[in-house]
Amino acid sequence: MSMIQGLDNNSLAENVEGNQYLTFLLAGEEYGVDILRVQEIKGWDNVTMIPNTPDYIKGVINLRGTIVPIVDLRARFSLETIPYGITTVVIVLRVNSENGSRIMGIVVDAVSEVYNISDEALKQAPDFGQAISTDFVMGLGTVDDKMIIVLDIDHLLNSSVLKAIADQEVK
Amino acid sequence: MSIDISQFLDTFYEESFEGLDTMEAELLGLNAGEADPESINTIFRAAHSIKGGSGTFGLMNVADFTHVLETLLDEMRDGRRDVTQPAVDLMLTSVDVLREMLTALRNSEDIDTARVADVHDQLEALLKGDADAAEGAAVVAEGAAVEVDTPEVVKSSTRGWKIAFKPLAHLFKTGNDPVRIIKELSELGPIKAVADLSTVPEFDLLDPEECCLAWDIELEADVTEEQVNDVFAWVDEDCDLVIEAMVSDVVEEIAMPEAESAALPTLETVAEADLPKDESMPDAAPVSEEQAKVEQAKPVEVVANKQSGVAAKKPQAAESGSIRVGIDKVDALINMVGELVITQSMLNQLGEDFTMDRVQRLQDGLTELERHTRELQENVMQIRMLPISFSFNRFPRLVHDLSSKLNKKIELKMSGENTELDKTVMEKIGDPLVHLVRNSLDHGIESPEIRLEKGKPETGILHLNAYHQGGNIVIEITDDGAGLNTDRIREKAIEKNLIGKNDLLSEEKIHELIFAPGFSTANVVSDVSGRGVGMDVVKRNIRDLGGVVEVKSKQDVGSTFTIRLPLTLAILDGQLVRLGDETYIVPLVSIIESLQIKAESVSTIAGGAELYRLREEYLPIIRLHEIFEITPVNTELVNGLLVVVEGDGQQAGIFVDDLLGQQQVVIKSLETNYKKVEGLSGATILGDGTVALILDVAGLVTLSRERIKALKNQAAVA
Repeated sequence: MSMIQGLDNNSLAENVEGNQYLTFLLAGEEYGVDILRVQEIKGWDNVTMIPNTPDYIKGVINLRGTIVPIVDLRARFSLETIPYGITTVVIVLRVNSENGSRIMGIVVDAVSEVYNISDEALKQAPDFGQAISTDFVMGLGTVDDKMIIVLDIDHLLNSSVLKAIADQEVK
Repeated sequence: MSIDISQFLDTFYEESFEGLDTMEAELLGLNAGEADPESINTIFRAAHSIKGGSGTFGLMNVADFTHVLETLLDEMRDGRRDVTQPAVDLMLTSVDVLREMLTALRNSEDIDTARVADVHDQLEALLKGDADAAEGAAVVAEGAAVEVDTPEVVKSSTRGWKIAFKPLAHLFKTGNDPVRIIKELSELGPIKAVADLSTVPEFDLLDPEECCLAWDIELEADVTEEQVNDVFAWVDEDCDLVIEAMVSDVVEEIAMPEAESAALPTLETVAEADLPKDESMPDAAPVSEEQAKVEQAKPVEVVANKQSGVAAKKPQAAESGSIRVGIDKVDALINMVGELVITQSMLNQLGEDFTMDRVQRLQDGLTELERHTRELQENVMQIRMLPISFSFNRFPRLVHDLSSKLNKKIELKMSGENTELDKTVMEKIGDPLVHLVRNSLDHGIESPEIRLEKGKPETGILHLNAYHQGGNIVIEITDDGAGLNTDRIREKAIEKNLIGKNDLLSEEKIHELIFAPGFSTANVVSDVSGRGVGMDVVKRNIRDLGGVVEVKSKQDVGSTFTIRLPLTLAILDGQLVRLGDETYIVPLVSIIESLQIKAESVSTIAGGAELYRLREEYLPIIRLHEIFEITPVNTELVNGLLVVVEGDGQQAGIFVDDLLGQQQVVIKSLETNYKKVEGLSGATILGDGTVALILDVAGLVTLSRERIKALKNQAAVA
């Protein structure tokens, strides 16, 4: 199933310039993730809380028989959390790590668009020094004079898991 | 020009190991002197497949080795050699060597060439020795087939074979290549091959995956029909083959006895020599022509193969477990899915224009849906189930080897081999079983002399039995040996400080001591057992599988070890408990009882830990909500319930808000997409689709201990 989807996606991607990114809104900013990594988008539903985990791990959900952890991206970025509303969605992503790929979900304010951004158009994020961590930013793209922050989800979601483990060890 | 065959390598290894198992089982069943021809045939076939397969994959050392073994078997099969015990033993060793070679190859390790060569030489010696004795003319064997100076009739004629080789259309699909066959033939002697192109269709009709060629081959060589046949052995059923002698049939008769002994050296050179040999052949040209033709056809085939390869599932480079599933099980599944689809479409139809008068039909449909789903679930679980004979099969060999090593006479009985259990459980129960069997053989069953002294039959009996009981599988290992020596165990236990000198223990309690770490009563540490690292490991392994092991023993009568295991690791009986808004699942096996808390039974020690007195025992109370940092409905102990559990040999009481129902739950891993969480052993999905977490009782006990320690430290700092 997923392979067929993957093939379709590949052939789609070949026809357009650059890569396609799904963008979403988070505290007024527009972020993008590689669309080939997106498994599905679903509305916010209740999760089962996992004990002794950091705040930004909301819990786990049942995605057709698979247990999928959900990360609140606002909490992850230490942004002010807001109550979930009708536009709040969970984007289910495939994340690659050394030990294979895993499925995780991120909670965002709302999904926005799908844009084509060529690799050349993707600019390196400026270095803000210690003030702002740009580790999770793959690059900055510009579409219609808007800035899109393209996220490196492998780094972002793996390190959040790693941090969770580290937190627990401290405890 | 070659297809990438490495993707089949895994299958080859798997089949070879299966073949070796068969060979081993049959060899053990062979009685010297009166061999069952059917068993010899089975062994021969297995050896032959391994030889062929390893040749195809270029594992020449395996092929060479198997070849010698096969020659030996072939002679036995034809009745030209008696089945003797030394020969059987040597063949068993050969099976071991082959298994080691294949294992080493699969893991890309080095083969122990010295051992291989040694056994190889032994096999050769056995073959030669027999030839010397039987025919007296070892010269024939040495001189190979080159110059035969024996009977007079033979020398008069030029010998050779006329072979009409017409492969059937599907030859390529069986993985065979005519070029390879013709090449192999050319190594027997100069050949002349003429291809029959008459059946090749027009190019646009040509199916590259079909073989449309036929050959007339003339082989000028001093070989037997058997040797020629051997070359075609792999395509036996996939071609029309006519082999005619080019001269009088006298040749055939005369050639027979001599060539049999000659077959070995010649064929060996065939196997060892590299293929480009045909360049030196005077008549090689026609062969190359054919080769060229077939090569033309080949690329097309390869392309076709690649295309279909993309659509098919990709071969996994990493070692992936696979199971063989009986076709009947798959058929049953397909049937059930069919039913499910029908029910689903019926419900769909019903839902399209639903009116209240159809409620009855809707309910019927839903009942049916439920039944099908349940059946489907049961059947899918069935697929993971394998008969325990997979585990039992290794024991005949073990008993055979050990009894000769220990100079004991032992008969192995097995029953209930068809009892099925989950594959994962099976894999993990293998080692503990081996350990128990070795123990029974070593410590349990006495030597023949002692047995006779005790008035028992000389031959000891070891009985392996398996059966289902409730949701469990029970495996029993019974021996009629010495039994456990209660006094010795007691002494030893006191010596090792496992029990006090004056402790009064029942016989069963004493017997249970053998599962304590570091316990061994064997006076002599042998390489079979007696190091005392065993029984506790056995017990731990079995406990990890959610099972228990018990021992029943009577001195001088025998002992029985009983292992009880859950049928599967994928499903567990759980007690649902509520804590705040969350539902957790406690495995039913670890629950001892659940009770309402009486305030007067609760006491606290040094501020930190709370204890509950239950029938003169004090249990630590684990407040789950504190460990998991969630808000419960009650914080007052008297308002909630206490679930008494046992984990890691420790009892504890878990304080929860409420008990919900009991149900079977399917265990899902949290680690797949997240990571291991302390205090949880996994998750499951409840009837309403939400996720519930399964508690790891042993982990919770540890967590709670650490928490109390941390609290104390904090208090100390403050």
